[in-house]
Amino acid sequence: MNSTIARLVGGRLAVGVLTLLIVSLVVFFLTSLLPGDAVQEQLGQEATAEAVAALRAQLGLDLPVHLRYFNWLGGLITGNPGISLVNGMPVDDMIASRLPNTLKLAAVTTLVSVPLALTIGILSAMYRGSIFDRYSNMLAVFAVSVPEFLIATIAVLIFAVKLGWLSALSRSVEVESFGELVRIYALPVLTLCCVLTAQMARMTRAAVVDQLSASYVEMAILKGARPIRVVLRHALPNAIGPIANAVALSLSYLLGGVVIVESIFNYPGVATLMVNGVVTRDMPLIQACVMLFSLGFLMLVLLADLCAILSNPRLRK
Amino acid sequence: MTDNKNKVDSQLITGEESLRVFEGLNRGMSRRDALRMLGLAGVAVAGAGSLFGSAGQVFAATSASTGKGKRGGRIKVATATSSTADTLDPAKGGNYTDYCRHNMFYNGLTVLDAQLAPRMALAESFGTADAISWTIKLRKDVVFHDGKPFTAADVVYSLIRHKLPETGSKALTVAQQFEEVKAAGPHEVQIRLTSPNADLPAILATTHFLIVRDGTTDFAIANGTGPFKCAEFQPGVRSIAARNDSYWKPGLPYLDEIEFFSIPDEAARISALLAGDVDLINPINPRSVSRIQDSANVELMETPTGGYTNLIMRDDLGPVQNPDFVLAMKHLLDRKQINRAAFRGYGKIANDQPIAPSNRYYFAGLPQREYDPEKAKFHLQKSGMAGRSLPIVASEAATGSLDIAQLLQLSGQQIGLKLDIKRVPADGYWSNHWMKHPLGFGNIGARPTADLLFSLFFKSDAGTNESGWKNEQFDQLLVAARGETDDAKRKQMYADMQVLVHEHCGIGIPQFNSSLDGHNTKLKGLTPHPLGGLMGYMFAENVWLDA
Repeated sequence: MNSTIARLVGGRLAVGVLTLLIVSLVVFFLTSLLPGDAVQEQLGQEATAEAVAALRAQLGLDLPVHLRYFNWLGGLITGNPGISLVNGMPVDDMIASRLPNTLKLAAVTTLVSVPLALTIGILSAMYRGSIFDRYSNMLAVFAVSVPEFLIATIAVLIFAVKLGWLSALSRSVEVESFGELVRIYALPVLTLCCVLTAQMARMTRAAVVDQLSASYVEMAILKGARPIRVVLRHALPNAIGPIANAVALSLSYLLGGVVIVESIFNYPGVATLMVNGVVTRDMPLIQACVMLFSLGFLMLVLLADLCAILSNPRLRK
Repeated sequence: MTDNKNKVDSQLITGEESLRVFEGLNRGMSRRDALRMLGLAGVAVAGAGSLFGSAGQVFAATSASTGKGKRGGRIKVATATSSTADTLDPAKGGNYTDYCRHNMFYNGLTVLDAQLAPRMALAESFGTADAISWTIKLRKDVVFHDGKPFTAADVVYSLIRHKLPETGSKALTVAQQFEEVKAAGPHEVQIRLTSPNADLPAILATTHFLIVRDGTTDFAIANGTGPFKCAEFQPGVRSIAARNDSYWKPGLPYLDEIEFFSIPDEAARISALLAGDVDLINPINPRSVSRIQDSANVELMETPTGGYTNLIMRDDLGPVQNPDFVLAMKHLLDRKQINRAAFRGYGKIANDQPIAPSNRYYFAGLPQREYDPEKAKFHLQKSGMAGRSLPIVASEAATGSLDIAQLLQLSGQQIGLKLDIKRVPADGYWSNHWMKHPLGFGNIGARPTADLLFSLFFKSDAGTNESGWKNEQFDQLLVAARGETDDAKRKQMYADMQVLVHEHCGIGIPQFNSSLDGHNTKLKGLTPHPLGGLMGYMFAENVWLDA
């Protein structure tokens, strides 16, 4: 069993590295297609030809593009993603100062949304067609379709401006008590959970319903197993594969996709860092962020696959 | 705290100062220079506190504000723009968030008052006979945050570095007129310009020319002489300014701490103010004003600025280079409606002259150009462009330009001109679209002097000559006015230049924009300044909390 898993994981890792390499190529050449460069953005309305040329030479932007690519890739492999073109800070420092925030928000959101989504999904699968199922289904579609900024803005208006219970910003760096933690994280987590929980709950429901219609479940019911036992002991283990994948996909979104939530609540995470990078044409920063997101995504998918393998005796052999 | 800001500084002139001015007049100094010298001398004396001791000081920088401040307290201030490009290097300051931050940590040689006249700050006096060679005397009682005394070497370094391309200075073109900057003593600097420029004291008041310590190349933390010390700075996240207890203006600043960051989303910014999470924000879209007005705890402050959103008709691109077409478009701008619809009444109607009424060189005698479809039609037909369809490029990057374009499109339909609005993204607008289309929009921030504005955006060979307008007469007037020390003559020259722009240049200016600040009612001392919102970016040392 161990050798099978090792082989599978090894294969996945190899594919992952290859994927990252391709991503690096795409990212590098796509970002160089962006109109304007860091120098023009920096000098803005005051850009004169000689100032632009001098600054470009200083930043090494006058080298041919393939040379810049290999320099950058070499740096990346040796753990040095370069220096920001915009403020001269090392890119890894910039990311290191933001990444813990992103991970914290992602962790809290995961802790709230995953159990909630699984519970809702399983319950609505068990009682499909019931009032609970129909309403949770409707709510889920509603939550998925309402844009995040609307949820966030309305939540701020109600809880921060009108009621004054929670903070409109989530930027306070010093979290001292549990109450403080709740005050600060409640609104962004609520906003993110609306979207994520709905997606994951629907996927869970679909996966479990699929299993519940299988003949082995019928057999278990005929043998007299109680509904809870049928679902948890028999159906769920077989549904873990697709559920894990759905969860992984949703969570990967928390790494780099929460731009709107970060900017509305002024939360200093990696997503706004990357948007900043795009706006100021800070290529090393954009590239490092994209590579980081790709890496996170690949790892999550790998974890989901592992879950699926471990829960499936046929694959485990 | 016994600050008395109501006293008029120019009354505080010692016998010695009067003598100096008198001698100056004998040397052939113009009346304006003499007056300025008197004003400046007053400030210098007041700043040193020699007349009032420690009990009362007068500061020209805040001459408009009234009442006395309370010491202590911390505030949070949010702006709209911030990114990893935020910098503590004054030379690189790219937007108003940077300017505000630089004014917290640094001082300039001079500072612009609410009438845009230069007042002395780190300098004690500016002297010149010909507007080419300048002698600047510096204050002797100033120290940097790290304890080093402020001397002429710091000034020389701070000014010269703008000329080096590797500095990446935003003021490179302005700094090229510094032929030589040298120390003539520990507290005296001599500047020789390439050509006469009577505006030097005003130019040196812009934030790019704030003074840094001699030899500074690392701007991870700010080391200036300003009212606050930099306790923390993370580009794109926030900065924390902590009171500088040994600040050279006695009694200032009032606040203990300012946390300064940005909330790019406008609705979120206003919500944060309403929820009490921040104390001061800028800007507020005129459309959101009702949210501020409905709340009892916050107030709105309108700052009329010299900034404007303008229609650009390129002189060198395609069909719009026809003078009749330019006139047609200028008559087609329904300024009142633009002011009402696009800016909700905030702003002052303009007249295709880029100098704002708050500027002392504003030419009031120019008849207002009204919305006149008949004249527009006449000029359009004369230009041979009637019935043709033209693209007009607008973007959110140029405030209000989408609304202006739509209003133009509607008025155009009535006279047989089809305008096809091309909406382009704000991202990259200034490098990819600005000045690159026959019809487009610009958004010009207030400039401290008429000369800077004209030199940057209207001079024939300026890199950012928005409409590509070439006018020899204008260029000659511009150079002549720069060196003219007779104020009456100078005023006439600027008036002539405004007439030229109004009549011939392919720039249509519907209105001068206002900047809207929202603040907690507990925050006092905030007054409008024509440079821009947040007190012309200089709120930090002038506001206090009234608990």
